Amino acid sequence: MQQLVFLVVGAVMAVAAVRLVTTTNLVHGALYLMVTLLGVAIVFLLLTAEFVAWVQVLIYVGAVVVLILFGLMLTRAPIGRTAMDRQQRMLAAPAALLLFGVTATILWRSFEGQTIDFGNEVADLDRLGTELFTRFVMPFEIVSVLLLAALVGAVFLAKRD
Amino acid sequence: MPVQWVLLLSTFLFSVGVYGVLSRRNAVIVLMSIEVMLNAVNLNLVAFNTMLPSQRPVGQIFALFVIAIAAAELGVGLAIVLLVYRNRATVSINELNLMKW
Repeated sequence: MQQLVFLVVGAVMAVAAVRLVTTTNLVHGALYLMVTLLGVAIVFLLLTAEFVAWVQVLIYVGAVVVLILFGLMLTRAPIGRTAMDRQQRMLAAPAALLLFGVTATILWRSFEGQTIDFGNEVADLDRLGTELFTRFVMPFEIVSVLLLAALVGAVFLAKRD
Repeated sequence: MPVQWVLLLSTFLFSVGVYGVLSRRNAVIVLMSIEVMLNAVNLNLVAFNTMLPSQRPVGQIFALFVIAIAAAELGVGLAIVLLVYRNRATVSINELNLMKW
C-alpha cells in the first residue's frame, strides 16, 4: 500500500517539477511548485516524519507559495506565453542529465538491498522535541537569530525610502 | 520499500532544480527551482533518518533546520528581486550583468 502511494505521488511530483521548469506561464509554475511541495509532504508522512510533514505544509505550501505569488504580482513579470529560457538551454539539459545519471548510479549502487521498514518506527514527537531542545538547542537559537536577521534585512530592502 | 526509490526521486528533483536554475531567466523561477533543490535534500535527510539504528530523529531535525533557512533565504531573495525590479524594471537575470567582469 505504501509503495503504491509512494509511486503515484512520486510520479506526480516528477511531472510537476518538470512542468515547473519548462512552463511558459509563471503563475502555473507557482502552482506546479505547490504540487511538488505537497508531494514532498506526503512522502514525509509515508516516512513516518509527521512533524516535518506538517511543518512542510505550513511553511512551504502555506507561506512560501503565497510569498512567491506576491513576488510574481509585484514584479509584474510577463505573465502569459513568453519565451523565458536563456540561451544556455542546450547546455543546461546535458548538465542536469549528467548530474542525475552520476548521482543516481552512485546512490543506487551504494544502497542496494536496503529497505525502509514502515511498521518499525513510530513518529515520536516527544523524542523529536526532547532532542531538538537538548542536544540541538544551540543551532536552534542560532537559526532563530538568523531568521530575525533575515526579517530585518528583508524589511529594510523592501521598504521605500 | 527499497530506500533507493526515495533517493532516486530526490536525485531527480535535484537535477530538475539544477536545470531550472541554469536554463530560466526569470529570477522568481530561479528562486522556485532553488526551493525544489532544497526539498530534494530534505527528502534525502528524512529517508536516511529511517535507517538509523538508534531511534533518534536527527535527520528530521536537520530537515527542520533546512526548512527554516530556506524560508529566510527566500524572504531575502524575493526582497532583492523586488528591489532590482524597482531600480531596473526587469527581473531577467540575463540583463543583470552589472557585477559581471
